[in-house]
Amino acid sequence: MRSEGRLALWLLLSPALLWLTLLIVLPHVDMVILALSERVRPRVYEFGFGNFAEFFKEPLYWHTFGRTVAFSLLATLATFLVAFPTAYYIAKLMRGRAKSLAFIACLLPFWVSELVRTLGWIILLRETGVVSTLLLDLGITGGRVEFLYNDAAILVGLVYSSLLFMVVPLVTSLDTLDDSMIEAGYDLGGNGFDVLREIVVPHAVPGILSGSIVVFMLTLGNYVTPTLLGGKNSLWFTEQIYNQFITRFNWQLGSAFGILLLVASSGIVWAGLKLSRQSLGTVIGR
Amino acid sequence: MPSANRSDLEIRSLTKRFADFVAVDDVSFTVPDGSFFSILGPSGCGKTTLMRMIAGFLREDSGDIFVAGRSIAGLAPNHRPVSMIFQHLALFPMMSVGENIAYGLKRRRVAKAEIAARVTTMLDRVGLPGAADKRIDQLSGGQKQRVAIARSLVLEPDLLLLDEPLGALDLKLREHMKVELKELQAEIGTTFVYITHDQSEALVMSDKVAVMNAGRFEQIGTPRELYYEPATAFVAGFVGNSNGWSGTVETIADGTARIVTDTGLGLAATAMGPLAAGAAVRVFVRPEAIHLALDEDEVAGLDNRFTGRVERVLFDGANSSVLVANPGWAEPVTVLLPQTSRFRGLDAGTQVRLGWDAGQAKCFGARS
Amino acid sequence: MIPSIRRSATARLVYGLYIAAFFVYLFAPLVVVAVFAFNDSRFPSPPWQGFTLDWFVGDEPGRLGLFHDPALLRSIGVSLKVAFFVTLLSVSAGTANAFLLERGRFPGKGVLYVMMLWPLVIPGVILGISILLFSSNLANFIDDRYGIEVGFLRPGISLVVLGQFAFITSITTTIVLSRLKKFDFSLEEAALNLGATRAEALATVTLPFLKPAILGAAIVALLMSFENFNTTLMLVGSESPLTIHMYGMMREGTTPVVNAVSLLLILGSGLLAALAAIAASDRTR
Repeated sequence: MRSEGRLALWLLLSPALLWLTLLIVLPHVDMVILALSERVRPRVYEFGFGNFAEFFKEPLYWHTFGRTVAFSLLATLATFLVAFPTAYYIAKLMRGRAKSLAFIACLLPFWVSELVRTLGWIILLRETGVVSTLLLDLGITGGRVEFLYNDAAILVGLVYSSLLFMVVPLVTSLDTLDDSMIEAGYDLGGNGFDVLREIVVPHAVPGILSGSIVVFMLTLGNYVTPTLLGGKNSLWFTEQIYNQFITRFNWQLGSAFGILLLVASSGIVWAGLKLSRQSLGTVIGR
Repeated sequence: MPSANRSDLEIRSLTKRFADFVAVDDVSFTVPDGSFFSILGPSGCGKTTLMRMIAGFLREDSGDIFVAGRSIAGLAPNHRPVSMIFQHLALFPMMSVGENIAYGLKRRRVAKAEIAARVTTMLDRVGLPGAADKRIDQLSGGQKQRVAIARSLVLEPDLLLLDEPLGALDLKLREHMKVELKELQAEIGTTFVYITHDQSEALVMSDKVAVMNAGRFEQIGTPRELYYEPATAFVAGFVGNSNGWSGTVETIADGTARIVTDTGLGLAATAMGPLAAGAAVRVFVRPEAIHLALDEDEVAGLDNRFTGRVERVLFDGANSSVLVANPGWAEPVTVLLPQTSRFRGLDAGTQVRLGWDAGQAKCFGARS
Repeated sequence: MIPSIRRSATARLVYGLYIAAFFVYLFAPLVVVAVFAFNDSRFPSPPWQGFTLDWFVGDEPGRLGLFHDPALLRSIGVSLKVAFFVTLLSVSAGTANAFLLERGRFPGKGVLYVMMLWPLVIPGVILGISILLFSSNLANFIDDRYGIEVGFLRPGISLVVLGQFAFITSITTTIVLSRLKKFDFSLEEAALNLGATRAEALATVTLPFLKPAILGAAIVALLMSFENFNTTLMLVGSESPLTIHMYGMMREGTTPVVNAVSLLLILGSGLLAALAAIAASDRTR
């Protein structure tokens, strides 16, 4: 019985160990090793921080990195601002069937590939696109306008692809706020803004934080949206990594970039979890 | 090594330890063929561990288990001729009622036609004819109970173990199921071993009850024996309601002990077992054994007589009782309220007399 | 602002309009993708030139429809192949992991659980490059040392499968685990008590109980694999899965055939989402 149990344990343990060791741990260890290998002569590498020094020496690199992080923070904030009124409306002002329908409607677009959604934005925003044509036909603009290939377009696309991950935790946490708390807030003489600031938002903090963590993480690692909607001017760090690896074939520098992105991403997730006192399981496990 | 008298279950010196904790401590007993046997004890007394060893879900540290004269100690759970009704019934939610009952027969590779016939018969027998296609969540609590029993009995086990299956039911249904279970057992004649912490379940249904405490059996007897002739202080305190005092034996003669309680009260009680002067004891008196009176004369002939003040009347129809307080007692004494017109107007604050014979009070040597 | 607190009509109107605008924002991209799949024009953009099914069934050069475009069809085939293996592997491993986490007793279980969720925090691009460089280094090492070329460690379908498996398994694990946590262990004991062997109890009681979750995990795995881009981009070889192929088309400019494919993807995802919802509602049983 006992040895049978041990055998079963090892049989169950082996796929998990193979998966995590061969596909997660060792590749990352390898990446760290590679990032710390300096090229001294062609084909000869030594241990050193040269790749990271290179990152700080070249303004394009650290500028792109800083821009990506800042842009991701901005996109997270924008996603929250767009999602909150809707989440509140669904959680507090809708009831029964309409409520579950609206909630499902918020999820639906995200079952579709990110590429398809981005294609939609391209058709809408490009110079010959739907928005430009509409404005021209209505006489609002005198000629065609290019809405694509700028930061605003990237922001619109990033917020769009992040909405689900903000709306769901917000609705879930607002759902648990008892209506009588809001009534009490008004009853005690607060106006709408006071109630929002002192009762509703504090109650939704766990939802806001877990939504923000996921949105930031996904935005930072996004590739499709910035490259397709921002075009050549997107300056997104994942694109820089891709270039180092695939175009320039400089795997050492690419690895260093990868580690920087991973540290930024994990660091923010970790800080967010500490701040909200939640565990990874509850944030991701939704 | 079957014993001379045919018994369906025989347990010999069964012991189970968890780390330093002895859950079941050298327990031995025999359950006669076709009887309803209960194991009664507070939670944590080891009764569930005992039952899980009989079912084969736990391995005993030492001792042996015989079912129908054959040792089953080494067998895997699925090879034991023992069926079990689980605490929460453990009906398979993804199967219909019929599939639940057929489950064990299928595992035995019984022919399909025979399975269908036996399921139908079994459903009739537990009073659920035609329920085979129902889903489990369509059944009421009592019906689920019957399906669980049918699922086990269709395998014609030598022994049916029941692990507090009435615990999840509401009070009314529980009262009803007690009678129904007892009748069902009498009708089919399978040996039932029933585990419970509810003394009323054990007393109402069982032929014999074992009272278990801290891994050991305190007493095995008929419900009446347990109630009227408790063998230990634990049984006297656990089975039925009792008033209890701690005290010391002053003198002992002809089986009657004179006791001074820790609060300085003098009591006369029957000594249960050998006791010497100076021994620490527990004294128990049942609420219905205490004579409640308004005048001194009415209790004049009794060995123990006290005066007290009614603290509270707990009205509960025929089970009504009175809490009587006395400055010399640590706690008020519970007395059954006689259903006579004399006491109808009894209120808190009334002076009353209490009395009982030494024969009604039982004293046990307190375990140190 | 809740129903019991009165607000001015203007405030309610403004709020209502905002919600309407939100849902327009949510569905506009999908609607235009679907509409322009039927536009009789060489470019997927206005003006509307009339209705056509050419972008699905056309077979003339320059107006090649989806069902006659060999490169597109091949990429769909590659995606299906990848998705099949990823689903099979990740659902099997996820189920094993769920049992391990729920039933296993061993030191370091908490750490292992966090490790299993970690792949979801790693950006897809990073996951892709780390696997790419590890497998390439491994392949180079084997080549140098033993002179054997291990093809499946080079960019291609096998690496794409492994890369997607690496993070999709985290998702399948959590889906199956949350269902297994609700399993009443006494059901398995009841099966044993009724004469089932351990394997029979697993097959007749535990797995049927897990079936909705396993099915749901399979659907999610299938979709995630089919739609994955970031990790796949780094590991892809000469055979492109659909998303990589579409990305190329979108960068270079394309005919509305890309809308036709997208419409099929929308419908396919919708169908699978509905199936997943049915599987989920079955759980309450």
